[in-house]
Amino acid sequence: MRFDVQPLIDDNQAQELRNLFSRRALIGGAVATGVLALPLSARAQTTPATGGGEAEITVDQARTAPIPIVIPSFGAGLGDQISGVVISDLEGTGLFKVMSGQVGVGGTPDFASLKAQGARAAVGGLASGSGSVRVEMRLWDVLAGEQLQGTAYTASSANWRRIAHIIADVIYERMLGEKGYFDTRLAYIARTGARHRQTTRLAIMDYDGANSRMLTSGEWLTLMPRFNPTRDQIAFLSYANDRPRVYVFDLASGRQRILGEFQGISFAPRFSPNGSQIVLSATRGGGSDLFLVDLGSGSKRQITSSGAIDTSPCFSPDGSQIVFVSDRGGTPQLYLMSASGGGAKRISYGQGTYGSPVWSPRGDLIAYTRLSGGRFALGVMGPDGTGERILTEGFTVEGPTFCPNGRVIAFCRQSAAGAGGAGFASGIGTIDITGFNERPVQTGTGASDPAWSPRDV
Amino acid sequence: MKFKLFAALGLAVALAACSSDKNTGASTGAGATAQETGPAPGSEADLVANVGDRIFYALNESGLADDAKATLDKQAAWLARYPQVSVLIAGNCDDRGTEEYNIALGQRRANAARDYLVAKGVAASRISTISYGKDRPTADGDNEEAWSQNRNAITSVK
Repeated sequence: MRFDVQPLIDDNQAQELRNLFSRRALIGGAVATGVLALPLSARAQTTPATGGGEAEITVDQARTAPIPIVIPSFGAGLGDQISGVVISDLEGTGLFKVMSGQVGVGGTPDFASLKAQGARAAVGGLASGSGSVRVEMRLWDVLAGEQLQGTAYTASSANWRRIAHIIADVIYERMLGEKGYFDTRLAYIARTGARHRQTTRLAIMDYDGANSRMLTSGEWLTLMPRFNPTRDQIAFLSYANDRPRVYVFDLASGRQRILGEFQGISFAPRFSPNGSQIVLSATRGGGSDLFLVDLGSGSKRQITSSGAIDTSPCFSPDGSQIVFVSDRGGTPQLYLMSASGGGAKRISYGQGTYGSPVWSPRGDLIAYTRLSGGRFALGVMGPDGTGERILTEGFTVEGPTFCPNGRVIAFCRQSAAGAGGAGFASGIGTIDITGFNERPVQTGTGASDPAWSPRDV
Repeated sequence: MKFKLFAALGLAVALAACSSDKNTGASTGAGATAQETGPAPGSEADLVANVGDRIFYALNESGLADDAKATLDKQAAWLARYPQVSVLIAGNCDDRGTEEYNIALGQRRANAARDYLVAKGVAASRISTISYGKDRPTADGDNEEAWSQNRNAITSVK
């Protein structure tokens, strides 16, 4: 069950990680693996892309009637791989119905035949080059007969998946009026070995499971990774040297540091929306307290002292409130309080106990784990506790994390173990916030603790 | 049966006392040869075989049941006998809770066991604690029997 990975990332890997997280890096410069996007000249016979056109279809409409869109291959070899990922991204949302057909990039497509085919939109794409690849892409509104987007992307061919995700993001945004989430990553915990003593590694992969890489060696139990807002750092819990506490991993340098000094176990970290603080819990006596740790000065401030277990804190996107779990009332339930501490108010009143709340980046929902009758469920509710909806259930489903536009949740799903641990499996799934389109993310190992990265800024 | 066990323990104490100048109870060398059979006095194996290394908790609870207290009483007596031994108490949970809550619940369980030992006279400096939440199950299955085994605090010699 050993993995062929380096325990610590070397300089080359660090450079690679840095590049992966920087779209602004230009081709031909010191960094050759970023993606450069330039507008294509508009065709004379079409309306130029306005850059901020109103989408006519909403996500809610697309759920019931997926948008029919024609996407042909972007050419042989790499071109075909790129269009394949664009198609996979869009189809994976459940909001698009992708069809094959003729579009081309050289001229205006045959709108009449695309219309007859039932298409609402069409994409023309062509990839060229080998060491560095250039992809021309045009998105057409078939009904209006006009171009919505025309862009040429250039990058190292090693970065072809990223080009595909960026193109899919553009199509999603132009068609639905909201930013896509395909050019994002998941931090997670890779799990291997016998269930009673699993090897756990901090790992990172593209949102769709591609390009997975291990960031720690697996020597110590490692859990709960969380991205910072600029997605270049990951806070996580490591049992290094048998002293469980929160560390911050810097993706650019590959270095990690201990976050603050606590008497007990520090765990369950989350960055504040502006990235300047981490809220976490630390055990003490028969419970655990919540603390704010300032990343600049390292100073810490205790914000709960109930004597009970207070844990799983998460900021509201405006930074003004914190939702957390507490068993101060007898069983674990969700509470809301001011981000400076104080005024805690219980918000969960459904059947069973509650855990791992996470605030949607849109601010309108809190996703959580609920346990009832020995089974787990994943749900969402308004920040005031109203409108509770269960999205999915299972033996174990826990640890929700929102994609950057708040439309999809990733989570951990585990099956029950029989004798000797047989039948146990741990993986990552995604589901739309309406409970529709649940899908597994393919990972090469067992996986848990997904944390969705923010979008590139 | 019980009488024999006490007799064996008495012998072990006597042997340990004889060799206590050079030999710590936690070491395996001299103790093992001095005793015909069985683990070295004051060792982890001794704790497991002759005292009981773990106590169990009810669902979502950290309170000590009578049998748990009885085991901890024996651990306190054993620790009094081997004052050079330090221990680690690891709290664990079944997998019917969230990962984060269970880290805290496991620590609450470990601390409850530690506090009991300290109240029985064991120096707090000799006891460290840790929680593995639901990540180190003793029993591999997912049924009531396995879960009851996995809700525990396990004492080991450091």
